[in-house]
Amino acid sequence: MNNAFDTDTSRAPVSQRRQTTAPTDPNDLGAMVTAVIDDVPIKVPYGTTILEAARKVGIRIPTLCHHDDLCVAGVCRICVVEVEGQRTLQASCAYPIFDSIRVKTFTPRVRRARANIINLMLRNHYGECYSCSKNGTCELQKYAEEYGVTEFKFGHTDKPRYEIDTSSYSLTRDMDKCILCKRCVRTCIDLQEVGALEAVHRGARTRIETYLDKPLDSVICINCGQCVNRCPTGALREKDSTEAIWRAIDDPSKHVIIQTAPSPRAAIGEEFGLEPGHSMTKQLNTALKRAGFDAVFDTNFTADLTILEEGTELLLRLKKALAEKDSSVALPQITSCSPGWVKFCEHFFPDYLDHLSTAKSPQQMFGAIVKTWYAKRNHIDPANIVSVSLMPCTAKKFECERPEMHDSGFQDVDFALTTRELGNMIKKCGMDLPGLPESDFDDPLGIGSGAGLIFGATGGVMEAAIRTAYEIVTGQEVPFEKLRVEPVRGMQGIRSAELPITKTVDDWKFLEGAVLKVLVAHGTANARKIMEMLAAGELAEYHFIEIMACPGGCIGGGGQPLPTNLEIRKARARAIYSEDESLSLRKSHENPIVKTIYEEFLTEGPCGHKSHELLHTGYTKRGKKIG
Amino acid sequence: MAEQYSGPVVFSDLEPYDALKKVLTKKKIDVLSEIRASNLRGRGGAGFPTGIKWNLAATAKDDKKYVVCNADEGEPGTFKDRVLLLEMPERLFEGMVIAAYAIGADEGFVYLRGEYHSFFPELEKILQKMRDDKALGANIFGKDGFHFDIQIRMGAGAYVCGEETALIESMEGQRGEPRNRPPFPVNTGYNGCPTIVNNIETFVNVPQIMARGADWFKGFGTEKSAGTKLLSVSGDCERPGVYEVEYGISIQDVLNLVGAKDVQAVQVGGASGICLAPKDFGRVIAFEDVPTGGSFMVFNSSRRMLDAAENFLEFFKEESCGQCTPCREGIPVLIEGLKQIRSGMCGTEYFEDLESLCETMRLASKCGLGQSVPNAFLSILDNFQNEYELVSK
Repeated sequence: MNNAFDTDTSRAPVSQRRQTTAPTDPNDLGAMVTAVIDDVPIKVPYGTTILEAARKVGIRIPTLCHHDDLCVAGVCRICVVEVEGQRTLQASCAYPIFDSIRVKTFTPRVRRARANIINLMLRNHYGECYSCSKNGTCELQKYAEEYGVTEFKFGHTDKPRYEIDTSSYSLTRDMDKCILCKRCVRTCIDLQEVGALEAVHRGARTRIETYLDKPLDSVICINCGQCVNRCPTGALREKDSTEAIWRAIDDPSKHVIIQTAPSPRAAIGEEFGLEPGHSMTKQLNTALKRAGFDAVFDTNFTADLTILEEGTELLLRLKKALAEKDSSVALPQITSCSPGWVKFCEHFFPDYLDHLSTAKSPQQMFGAIVKTWYAKRNHIDPANIVSVSLMPCTAKKFECERPEMHDSGFQDVDFALTTRELGNMIKKCGMDLPGLPESDFDDPLGIGSGAGLIFGATGGVMEAAIRTAYEIVTGQEVPFEKLRVEPVRGMQGIRSAELPITKTVDDWKFLEGAVLKVLVAHGTANARKIMEMLAAGELAEYHFIEIMACPGGCIGGGGQPLPTNLEIRKARARAIYSEDESLSLRKSHENPIVKTIYEEFLTEGPCGHKSHELLHTGYTKRGKKIG
Repeated sequence: MAEQYSGPVVFSDLEPYDALKKVLTKKKIDVLSEIRASNLRGRGGAGFPTGIKWNLAATAKDDKKYVVCNADEGEPGTFKDRVLLLEMPERLFEGMVIAAYAIGADEGFVYLRGEYHSFFPELEKILQKMRDDKALGANIFGKDGFHFDIQIRMGAGAYVCGEETALIESMEGQRGEPRNRPPFPVNTGYNGCPTIVNNIETFVNVPQIMARGADWFKGFGTEKSAGTKLLSVSGDCERPGVYEVEYGISIQDVLNLVGAKDVQAVQVGGASGICLAPKDFGRVIAFEDVPTGGSFMVFNSSRRMLDAAENFLEFFKEESCGQCTPCREGIPVLIEGLKQIRSGMCGTEYFEDLESLCETMRLASKCGLGQSVPNAFLSILDNFQNEYELVSK
């Protein structure tokens, strides 16, 4: 099972969980079994599915309900194959090999079944491919073409049955395009443990619904968009903001700036046919300027600012707790830069919001700075600034619409674009991104450190914070080769690390001899685990926790290019870590613009009055009450 | 309706607990051998050999195992389990205790059809009496270390929950949707533990087999279908009701038994079964010829069989769980196709498409429900071509 998580973190319904693992090998010897697939023999570990075995010998079996990140469903039936000795065809995604078997993957019966199944799916699949956001990337469309579906053998609906749900700031749901593969349901329940979506009714009336069929903005949805990343058709997608941005670009009275986050830069090449793992940062700068943005800035700058604010906040909390023995201080402190995670916490753990850092996310800090310091410095009326962000994230769209995010006097960030949306905008301009010349960010908000950059991968915020906090407290660099804080890196669902603190500088003497204990988690299923431990008082010894809503962190965000799987996320993370090492500036506190802003604007320093006004926020106890 | 039930195996007398007490003197492996030797096969419809099922569960490595009785009798036209629940619940429970002993289970469940909720208090009373008799609970009949008790779980009326893995899902509190098989419940059943699920009638046969021996049991029926079968006979006949017949009985003999005249069709096996025309009435009820879970519906010549076909399809449309594509989307297509056929608008080409769809549903549906939807549809269209005409093209 190619799952981003340790199997023990999954708390899917028992049946689904059990189906992900075969019964234990009776002899417990790690036995190998032989499968002969289309006459090609291969030895595979006991319990391997036919689909996995077929992939190993280079045979591609079509799949729709199957997703490498999710537990087995076996419901779409498009992956059926012939298994010798079986009366019926078997779903290869769900069939574990326990014994020697012979499989045929494209017999006439199999081909007829697949074509019929596609025809059945198309019956109620309302809409035309050319007007669909998934045109060209739709998995159903691909198989319809592959299996030669040229007519609707079993009919085709010419009327929509459902209204498109556009209530959410982040996501839209068009159930007329749903083929009931339940990837979204398994994503929401199993992978993310949110449970906003579930199959209701039976038989031909089956559909995927929210609680009581309420609009998405009125149910417990954290806007993470992981369902969008796994939807094979155009049923789920992000709320499209591109038209509004074109209008702003085309309006000469508007000063349109864009900040770009590191994760989309590490992934947007995939939209242009590149293998995962190539950062397009500098080509993207060129593309954005050519597309008409007035200034192109680096979110890493406010990532660095976040580290200063959030790191200082942590040190202040530690000081209060350890030096001043104030037991009311909420520790461990938990990161708050993932808006999906923040909303998850507001819904499911509203009594623990004081553990969240009050520091805004880099996107929102950027928004607040642009419409204040930047506007003033460049003599631009903030009312005429349109502040756009490029994010790997659908929840960022919700975040910038939060009513509290108006500290500049305006909506701090006007639009958050996903990687996919921006990819489309660039394509619309006729530009082939990978072939563009490189160019730099604009001044003055175009300098970010490698520490800000690695925010994109799970563990990155923690690593950036450690690089800075350790140095503030001890006056020395972190004791890791090439600043690689390895213990917090990787794709394990929950990771913990300890860092002994010695030779502290005068201000932080109370930390001498302390051991900094931190946790990193990604995916809200793992976040839930952490929060349950916190609620049970089991994390009292920990100081700082990084939580990201999406598997793999931002590089696996809900706005990233499709498809996604663990290997793709690892490749994007590698791109980010190697870009970090190519930079000379790799610590947030050394960012010269960060220094400037504290000298010129936020003169009371991190967590000072002005910072609190512009760069910090509060949270809402949402609980599970549904509006 | 005849209310005096009689028959050579199921309805023959047996002193309560005789079989169980005898079983407790034997080794588990001998109990398993006896059941295997009896050639008892599942009475719910699929006919899986009971001895093999129990053996698989017995050899599965797990500390916790379960015995489940499928009392979700939902196949249209079957009502024989209802009679067993009313007439001999003690023997059913005794059969379950024997199964528990054989496979090493300490917990059992009766998954009772939602519509049978009125039986609940009486069944509870009987379970309590069995506990008082030491036939349930800890150290049953003084057998050291053999603990077993039975709870009743109510279904809520879903036909598909008669499918054993959907039944288990329902027991776990999930949507009643069939699981992927393999792995099978004998390895990963209720709560992921080895579980046997057997029909009421299967369990009821067990005490007889254990009391009188496998050879005695094999004296009834055919070589490949040992024992007897309860039929729920309904429709156009003088004496509908529940009959215990030996495997190997011909359709015509059943029709004679129940006083059916002027018969043009018999639907054997309920909505998921097949429709037989007079040319087939010499065929016999047996796993090797016409298998059935018990439903036996008689249609005389005044009936229009395409009505029956439509009725069955409408039933499946309601009862499909909706998770897999061939079943969920295929049934409405067949209903639409049948309408076209009846209106004389169906072309031969479209008819072939429908036949191809039927093949796909049979081969590619996830569970037995979807796989058996085309049975009635195709056999009725095949046997009663006089009722419709296709347009050429």
